[in-house]
Amino acid sequence: MGVPEHYYVALSAILFTIGVVGVVIRRNPLVIFMSIELMLNAANLALVAFGHRFGALDGQALVLFVMAVAAAEVAVGLAIIVAIFRVRRRLSVDDLSVMRW
Amino acid sequence: MSGAAFPVVSLGPLLPTLIVLAAAGLVLLADLLPRRGGRDLLATLGLVGVVGALLATLWRWGSPGRAFDGMVVLDGFALFANVVICYAVALIILLSVDYLRRVGAESGEYYALVLFATAGMMLLAAAGDLIVVFLALELMSLSLYVLAGLFKRELASGEASMKYFLLGAFASSFMLYGIALVYGATGATNLDRIAAATAGRGHDPLLAIGLGLLLVGFGFKTSAVPFHMWAPDVYQGAPTSVTALIATGSKAAAFAALIRVLVVALRSAQADWTVLLWAVAVVTMTLGNVVAIAQSNLKRMLAYSSIAHVGYMLVGLVAGGVPGAGAVLFYLLAYTFTTVGTFGVITLCTRAGEEAVEVGDYAGLARRHPVLAATLGLFLLSLVGIPPLAGFVGKFYLFGAAVRAGYVWLAVIGVLNSAVAAYYYLRVLVYMYMREPEGAAAAWAPSFAGGLALAIALVGIVVLGVMPAPFADLAQAAVAPLLR
Repeated sequence: MGVPEHYYVALSAILFTIGVVGVVIRRNPLVIFMSIELMLNAANLALVAFGHRFGALDGQALVLFVMAVAAAEVAVGLAIIVAIFRVRRRLSVDDLSVMRW
Repeated sequence: MSGAAFPVVSLGPLLPTLIVLAAAGLVLLADLLPRRGGRDLLATLGLVGVVGALLATLWRWGSPGRAFDGMVVLDGFALFANVVICYAVALIILLSVDYLRRVGAESGEYYALVLFATAGMMLLAAAGDLIVVFLALELMSLSLYVLAGLFKRELASGEASMKYFLLGAFASSFMLYGIALVYGATGATNLDRIAAATAGRGHDPLLAIGLGLLLVGFGFKTSAVPFHMWAPDVYQGAPTSVTALIATGSKAAAFAALIRVLVVALRSAQADWTVLLWAVAVVTMTLGNVVAIAQSNLKRMLAYSSIAHVGYMLVGLVAGGVPGAGAVLFYLLAYTFTTVGTFGVITLCTRAGEEAVEVGDYAGLARRHPVLAATLGLFLLSLVGIPPLAGFVGKFYLFGAAVRAGYVWLAVIGVLNSAVAAYYYLRVLVYMYMREPEGAAAAWAPSFAGGLALAIALVGIVVLGVMPAPFADLAQAAVAPLLR
């Protein structure tokens, strides 16, 4: 039975944390976006591990949905980033400061 | 595998959503037709789809149903939320027709995306499973990200879109991880089964963390403090008709899902989330109202005001029980009519060829366009909570429920906040009625469809304010089965 299931959950928690830190400290929208994808995949890993524990397929089934959603998110996200780049020619979230309170 | 029977799928409970999706598909197809004139056909198709969904919702009233093994639950609660969402979207489509033509952003995909977002909202309100909550939330959010960036050449619109997208996707991944942990703690994603698995169990750290992450996700979508940072920028930068959709439909749907998840699935942890929401409600209303005072941009001011209104609605959720949750549902209805109307007036006002979005742009409006000024004034008074308008009754139910549930201090803080809020709403009235414009005055861009939408919203807030009892009873009857 190889690696115990809680190792996978711990790994997913670590991946999720790396993703959160990446979103918070990086300045390039593309890298932030990659970090968000990492968070989604961390959740996928946890879902598969839990599904394995319960011997049920719900976890795996949900992962398929999440991958489809993530693909849609990539399409929309990259389109938005390209649209901004066309107007601005620079890519950093620090530039997104037309509006400030 | 060979012995498995193909499951019988009953599509009845999905009917309102399917009508909207069909309309969205038709809009995309009709956009390809060679056309003369504008895109009125597409708007009409969209409107027909939304009104059709509304009729289907009313037709299903009183006959709750489930589909896909309890994943979609079209009960009284979902039907009530559907009515709120359909009204909001129908009014927004009416407002969009002339607004988009005027700003030169007419496009077929606008109406298709609005309808896709609507389908996501309706599904979100009817979600009986965390998988559907996630999928519906993404369907709604992805459509709204694109809509926020509709003005491709304007920096503010692109910026709003990017901020909304990055923060929204960030929040979605928190929510997904929360779903994974709740699944790990209970072995189920279905809300009823989660409730059964957690009933009578002691404190479970995995479940508690999962609940926390879920609340972070919902906090972002409903723009509750401290997850509200995106709201002012998105409200300001997005096209005004899209802002109205984000402020009403998406908020109503996210709130409906939040109520259902908390009240149905996580009832056993009620003591935990009540304490948490108490604090969030206080901070949300106070920060929203205080920062709104400092705003000179009307859309930005309304963003902070809508954050404050989320705080009021959380008060009802803290109060709990049928009165509390029913009051939240009623407030969503009242708030939706009022907010669509307010943003609707903004879509109809121009100054020197630009959209009139600064508070100062409205100086002297009452003299030149008395009807328009009076309409905006009534919507703002409803937001303040002046009787006999809808906003007053909504607040009355919310704070009444809080007092009866023993949260007297929370109600006191809420009432004090409403008093603070009066300042910045009334300031707009002062500008409209007592100041003279500097330079060009704000003008009205005549629009039959827009005027019709404003009239409907105005009738809505007056009817809700003058005879709220039948609607409040409906709201309470809608939440009662959830709490059984």
